[in-house]
Amino acid sequence: MKILVPVKRVIDYNVKARVRADGSGVDLANVKMSMNPFDEIAVEEAIRLKEKGAASEVIAVSIGVKQAAETLRTALAMGADRAILVVAADDVHQDIEPLAVAKILKAVIDEEQPKLVIAGKQAIDNDMNATGQMLAALLGWGQAAFASKIEIEGEAAKVTREVDGGLQTIEVRLPAIVTADLRLNEPRYASLPNIMKAKKKPLEEKTAADYGVDTAPRLEIVTTREPEGRKAGIKVGSVDELVGKLKEAGVL
Amino acid sequence: MTEKPKLKPKDAPGLGRFNWEDAFRLDGQLTEDERMLRDAARNFAQEKLQPRVIRAFAEEETDPAIFREMGEMGLLGVTVPAEYGGLGASYVAYGLVAREVEWVDSGYRSMMSVQSSLVMYPIYAYGSEEQRQKYLPKLASGEFVGCFGLTEPDAGSDPAGMKTVAKKTADGYVLNGTKTWISNSPIADVFVVWAKSEAHGGKIRGFVLDKGAKGLSAPKIGGKLSLRASITGEIVMDAVEVGEDALLPHVEGLKGPFGCLNRARYGISWGVLGAAEFCFHAARQYGLDRKQFGRPLANTQIYQLKLANMLTEISLGLQASLQVGRLLDDANAAPEMISVVKRNNCGKALEIARVARDMHGGNGISEEFQVIRHMVNLETVNTYEGTHDVHALILGRAITGLQAFY
Repeated sequence: MKILVPVKRVIDYNVKARVRADGSGVDLANVKMSMNPFDEIAVEEAIRLKEKGAASEVIAVSIGVKQAAETLRTALAMGADRAILVVAADDVHQDIEPLAVAKILKAVIDEEQPKLVIAGKQAIDNDMNATGQMLAALLGWGQAAFASKIEIEGEAAKVTREVDGGLQTIEVRLPAIVTADLRLNEPRYASLPNIMKAKKKPLEEKTAADYGVDTAPRLEIVTTREPEGRKAGIKVGSVDELVGKLKEAGVL
Repeated sequence: MTEKPKLKPKDAPGLGRFNWEDAFRLDGQLTEDERMLRDAARNFAQEKLQPRVIRAFAEEETDPAIFREMGEMGLLGVTVPAEYGGLGASYVAYGLVAREVEWVDSGYRSMMSVQSSLVMYPIYAYGSEEQRQKYLPKLASGEFVGCFGLTEPDAGSDPAGMKTVAKKTADGYVLNGTKTWISNSPIADVFVVWAKSEAHGGKIRGFVLDKGAKGLSAPKIGGKLSLRASITGEIVMDAVEVGEDALLPHVEGLKGPFGCLNRARYGISWGVLGAAEFCFHAARQYGLDRKQFGRPLANTQIYQLKLANMLTEISLGLQASLQVGRLLDDANAAPEMISVVKRNNCGKALEIARVARDMHGGNGISEEFQVIRHMVNLETVNTYEGTHDVHALILGRAITGLQAFY
């Protein structure tokens, strides 16, 4: 069984994001970029399934700028077998929207015929949380989003999902799309020798045009703003004063 | 209204954004592999080494398992080719790894540098194919711990004054002598030792000794107040008999040990900046958190001046080490370049650690804040592998053509 894992290059989760001067988005020039953390979890799960003998090959796919090759190398260093880079933008500030990503992924899947796709539940840059679901719809496959546990049982996957107030376990027939939640696993760190070996693993480069997908944005970003800073508070001397202030503020 | 003239991007009045954590954008000067290797080393250092260092230093305890863990992660023999178990990566990658490990502790970096540059490198560069096969893979995996014996009780900055001798026997050599201040020696399996060989006209030759050889012992040196997480000892050779196969065949004279030391010193030049960066970051955070007289310490001019000096020295040092690393990778570096970066970066890192200790006020002497550990560690690093002053003499000789060692 082949597993396909889409991975996205995003601003590193440790970096304090700053808005570009023109408000068109977050400034990504000279900013540390990394694999989307939920995608790392997806890669780890795919590798674990391979190590358990449930999968034969793990293919990582990234869609975006050519620098996403670095993100794919990380997936290869973790243990993916090969990678496909679909170059769909020249400018690091151009985000490829979920629908275009899902269409390209569908085309890749038509060629590669994986039985399982494990994706991150969302990317931490724009928090769309849509690609996996759209891909399932385009393919007509079953989907199990927000997985915290995946077990392959014959021609089906038993997936535990984190829902409000508890856990829900569902079974999806393969082929299927699963999206990874935070608690699915703790991704491994690539060792230095595996990073060196990853340089020799195949990384195929394609373009969005190869799949005939139009990646022009359908959404218009109206404005991007940094969160407002917290305003200084005050200390009150008594309960009466507190109640008075709350009434003044119109919350009581 | 007059039309605004078009300017080339380089002439536009607005410049780029400054990142105090990476002032000259070192990140962009590295290759993709180098960045990945650095990040992997950082993860290892922060997750595996950082949690044990405070106790290890306090108890003066070296966990030999660290060699295995470093080996598994691929930190031993970064520049040694993969066919011998090494990583086969660049000298720049080696420097980046040293920086990440020393960000945690100079002792852990010492353990790694000795194994990589002072044990694996000479066996690789000067050893026979049999010696390479016998030792390198196990040193790379950390199954073997290695040490390097050059310094003697009466031969420090003047290694040519060594007293250790190798006398020819029917089928090998017998070694007599004492080496001191030897990192890793009490737990070592492999001893690379330098001795004057009578059969080679009294020239300095390298020998590889195995633990357990009759007459070979390695007592621990206790009571160190620096590099306490890294074990140090002597090597005592009391008529140690070895076969001809213990001799490193392909080098003769002081250039043998210096070939290894140059590489280790280069790694140190990166490593100490890791320790300095830890101290710089710690002082910055302390200054932001600590309020006196109603405002953060970092809101005062003297505090900011000290931080600005730290950032400047660290950033300049990184650029210099990167350039020397690139030249090493091009087989185009001179030993004097390594003297510049070893001397400068150690001295500056030590000064940064002392100032950071001071900026932490009374808290600065506590193990919890870690700056004093870096400070006392760097006293050693500034001294070993060529003291600050001896490297000045190397440079002085290069500048004037006159040696002033003696």
